[in-house]
Amino acid sequence: MIEFGKQKGWIRYLTEHPVRRKRDERLFIDEKHSCPSCQRPLTAQEMEAALYTCPHCTHHFRLTAWERIRYTADEGVFQEFSADMETMNPLGFPDYEEKLGSTMQKTGLKEAVVTGLCKVGGREVVLGVMDFRFIGGSMGSVVGEKVMRAMLVGAEKRLPVIVFTASGGARMQEGILSLMQMAKTAVATQALEKRRCPYFVVLTDPTTAGVLASFAMLGDVILAEPGALMRFAGARVVAGTIREKVPENFPLSAFHLDRGFLDAVVPRQELKRTLSFLIATHPLAQGGRG
Amino acid sequence: MSDNPIRQKLAELKGLARTARIDLSREIEELEKKLEASLMPENEAWRRVELARHPERPTTLDYAHAMFDDFLELHGDRTFADDPAMVGGIALLGGRPVTFFGHQKGKNMKDNLKRNFGMAHPEGYRKALRLAHQAEKFCRPVLSFIDTPGAFPGVSAEERGISQAIAATMKGFAELTVPVVVTVLGEGGSGGAIGIGVGDVVLIMENAFYSVISPEGCASILLRDPSKARHSASLLKLTPEYLLEFKVVDRIVREPPGGAHRDPAGAASALKTAIMTALEDLDKKNGDTLLAERHAKYLSLGVFAEQEPQRKSLLQRLRDFF
Repeated sequence: MIEFGKQKGWIRYLTEHPVRRKRDERLFIDEKHSCPSCQRPLTAQEMEAALYTCPHCTHHFRLTAWERIRYTADEGVFQEFSADMETMNPLGFPDYEEKLGSTMQKTGLKEAVVTGLCKVGGREVVLGVMDFRFIGGSMGSVVGEKVMRAMLVGAEKRLPVIVFTASGGARMQEGILSLMQMAKTAVATQALEKRRCPYFVVLTDPTTAGVLASFAMLGDVILAEPGALMRFAGARVVAGTIREKVPENFPLSAFHLDRGFLDAVVPRQELKRTLSFLIATHPLAQGGRG
Repeated sequence: MSDNPIRQKLAELKGLARTARIDLSREIEELEKKLEASLMPENEAWRRVELARHPERPTTLDYAHAMFDDFLELHGDRTFADDPAMVGGIALLGGRPVTFFGHQKGKNMKDNLKRNFGMAHPEGYRKALRLAHQAEKFCRPVLSFIDTPGAFPGVSAEERGISQAIAATMKGFAELTVPVVVTVLGEGGSGGAIGIGVGDVVLIMENAFYSVISPEGCASILLRDPSKARHSASLLKLTPEYLLEFKVVDRIVREPPGGAHRDPAGAASALKTAIMTALEDLDKKNGDTLLAERHAKYLSLGVFAEQEPQRKSLLQRLRDFF
């Protein structure tokens, strides 16, 4: 049997990032928004105070990976895994390097997922956060590898693993290799299963296709944010294959909750408390039964 | 590539020119140009896509009839329904009991409506997982056959949890302690294919393809031009030779000249030999070895770059942190 716990070298080194609760005030100058749901004007400060939800209609705005980490991790340090990992162009797909370059510049990220160690509710956890801005949060080789390693470190160190998903699916530019990341991440969840490490998933808007149909749906507890789009097939794929009309924004998390595929839909303000509760109710004593 | 129809016609024409002493040099030249074009990677990929989708191409049940001494089809996921787009059962392969399942396409429009064009619903994947667990219980190897444009993308699939069904099936296959041999028979369409695609050995028929998205889907989403399917087929590198290079498949099963539909019995016999050879190798391994190698196979798929490891190992660094 594979000794997940004894495999070494998954993480070459850790990159430390400070986690602070308060955002720098300077960032807010002249930022004006209006809520896409209720159209009411919002200032950046109002949004920030409500964790980027609309204080009027509770519309949940999408978060960047680092915003999410700031709202989830305890104040202190986030130790990032594999920050040096580089995306390649294995198919030689046209314009892929340019797309990666411009996306990196725009987002300040190297890939669509950030993984690392931090504390949530006072307990050490492995945290993975996807960022939809990075080529639609799509899963290529690097995303699959980072998610897999996060799970293996969780299994190795016997820590809970929390993943926030946001993805358009597999990254088409990496062809069949991105499809294989579905299998890879699904297989990796077995490492957590084996060592009885809790694996919690939070589905955020939008989580679709290859990511939804792999590690996102395999959590011990699966939560979702209100109004998060969750679907296997995109509207264009549906229209192209079966000529069935599916609304752009369907189905949302409430639909899946009704049909029994989610444990709970949790508003953003409640998420940290909910995750802390889950971590506290899944004690993982070192040397416990594994 | 003697199965190239243009090459065959060219040979015919040349023979005719020699025997009948007619000047066909212009026609021959034209055909030669056409032949050259057909061998361009773009057209080669598209040729495979068209062969994989050929309406007369043998289906999972065709192979079952041809390869197995006998088989009994088993139905239902024990939860919701039976999915005619995913068939399965118990069979005797060379006298040995095996469990098999696979996507099932139809032979004509009526049949295809019943089979939903080989696009399985969640209950199809749950049936496959149920049969796989049953195989493990009774120590039968598992044979999985992929031939689907994709899992069914409609609302009926969403509301019954197609994503969960595919994810759970992949996870379940990762833990089977019996040998699992996967064969891509025709179309290896996206999540619907990998859903039953986790195994110890992955075979692919010579004129099959395996892709993250259909060439048409890639053309309309990435190239923003649905008419560029032919071009995107070559960009996606979805042909067996590339898949072998990426370690996504382990072996290519040669088809009779012109494709499996020209000689279904020949194709089935070649596949039977390949499966039996694969099973012979896998029989030598115990459950733990199978699992370890299957895990390692899937956990190592992907292409990326990383800087040289630093002096401190992972464990040392993690120890520093705690």
